[in-house]
Amino acid sequence: MMDLFPLWNSIRIALISVIIVFFSGILCAYYVAKLPRLLKGFIDVLLTLPLVLPPTVVGYFILVVFAPARPFGGWILTTFDTKIVMTWYSAIIASSVVAFPLMYRTVRGAFESFDETLRYSGQTLGLSNTFIFWRIEMPYCKQGIIAGTVLTFARALGEYGATSMVAGYTPGRTATISTTVYQLWRTDDDAGAFRWVLINLAISTVVLLAVNFIEKNERAYGGKVFPSRGNG
Amino acid sequence: MALDIDIKKDLGGFKLDVNIKAEDEVLALLGASGCGKSMTLRAIAGIVTPDEGHIIVNGRTLFDSGKKINLTPQQRRVGLLFQNYALFPNMTVEQNIITGMTNLELTKAQKKQRCAEMIEKFYLNGLDDHKPAQLSGGQQQRVALARIMVSEPSILMLDEPFSALDSFLRWELEQELMSVLEDFKGTALIVSHNRDEVYRISDHIAVIHEGHVDSYGTKNEIFTKPTTYQSALLTGIRNFSRATYVDSEHVLAQDWNATLKVDHCPRDIRFVALKAQHLKLMDREGENAVKFMVSRSIDNLTEQILLMHTPGMDSNNPVDDFGQLNVRVADYEWKPFVGAESVYINIRKDDLLLLTR
Repeated sequence: MMDLFPLWNSIRIALISVIIVFFSGILCAYYVAKLPRLLKGFIDVLLTLPLVLPPTVVGYFILVVFAPARPFGGWILTTFDTKIVMTWYSAIIASSVVAFPLMYRTVRGAFESFDETLRYSGQTLGLSNTFIFWRIEMPYCKQGIIAGTVLTFARALGEYGATSMVAGYTPGRTATISTTVYQLWRTDDDAGAFRWVLINLAISTVVLLAVNFIEKNERAYGGKVFPSRGNG
Repeated sequence: MALDIDIKKDLGGFKLDVNIKAEDEVLALLGASGCGKSMTLRAIAGIVTPDEGHIIVNGRTLFDSGKKINLTPQQRRVGLLFQNYALFPNMTVEQNIITGMTNLELTKAQKKQRCAEMIEKFYLNGLDDHKPAQLSGGQQQRVALARIMVSEPSILMLDEPFSALDSFLRWELEQELMSVLEDFKGTALIVSHNRDEVYRISDHIAVIHEGHVDSYGTKNEIFTKPTTYQSALLTGIRNFSRATYVDSEHVLAQDWNATLKVDHCPRDIRFVALKAQHLKLMDREGENAVKFMVSRSIDNLTEQILLMHTPGMDSNNPVDDFGQLNVRVADYEWKPFVGAESVYINIRKDDLLLLTR
């Protein structure tokens, strides 16, 4: 019987990351979409950076902040008597940061494609801004939000670079699927690595099928009500 | 005054400065796209905030920069039909119409009841549970109208109501809209760039040009005797010449190289315009007979379309539109001149418009 800890660990890291990124991504997307152009460009670059940087660079930055030898990490160590790096939950930080841009950008695209005249007509009909946001804007952007969430989950699940730097590989404590595959392959356990590769393939396939299904639904639902809609 | 607005807004490179008063009637805002007519509707609805001025509807102040009044769109209770109808795509026809009753103090059952009446009235029977994407363009517009009318707006504003429709549907919906407008007791503002549509629907017309009211009048005043270049252009006139005052009975049409006799020439005259229809042709000089070269004549069933230009002008390389003519004459009028290189147009007083701007 193989040790399934990496599967369980990967899934809990991915799920918690998704929850964090879901709310922070939507919040950032909503407010950045409303910013004036220049400021928007600047903040957008900042929030998208983790998507294009090598994950090891992201890991480096996380270590700069959270390592016990650094001011913030040191402060946490003295105040809470705990260190964040090299624990299973430090991987949450790593995968959240790396996956954040996927959620943020997908949802921002959805918010930006929102037909403003729907907001205006709602307002002139007397609907409250809260009602308009939850009952008109969110449903309008629903497909984008779901797609962003699925992509975030997939990315968080597969995170390797930043995770291996921040959480390391300790069997039974911080090992995830991706770090386990590397470790097993490195130690010439080809069959073991292959088993985890298969598990990973299965999960990724299911996720991508889900994304395709959502996109197909969106197109079918689209038509003339969304004339200016892009592929967000 | 049922409607009294006087607003200014600087949009950087474009200045909106609109002053309009209207009774309980249909007032059309006619103008080219980007002239500020839609912006005016949005200012009345509270979607854009003017820099200064006031907006008063039926004695109720919606906006007054001096008194620091600026009601939210929700408080204004105006009806605005958007060009794309702005139906909520995630809601059914029934739900869409019911959102129109947000401001009314009705029970759920009463709202359902009234919604059913609207569905009946706007020929939407059987479509209650349809989503907007499942409706035709005409049905979408009817739902949007029903949603607005059920909200009992104090003013009705329609932004290019037919622009999204093909011509057959346009005519049908125009008839339906007319009956809606007849039922509506308050002021209705219609924004359009289509002069025929405007003429059929409206009582008064305000011609909007570059953010301000260029001219205002009853539809007959605007269409039969426009007094500005822009209003003449928008009513379909294409033949202009720059003009200067000679004396109270004469005007010099510079581009046509002619001094014309008129009844009363305003001192500040800037342009003259020639109406395109029912013109009289002559073969020789005479009072108010102006010579034009014929560049093309096109047979148009019972009339001839003549493309002409002034003798001094190179028609292949015109400097501007002044001095070029596009007129129609009856076949019997053209018959004696077939093949002629040039003809004289007898410009009678009724053919000529004197424009001061």
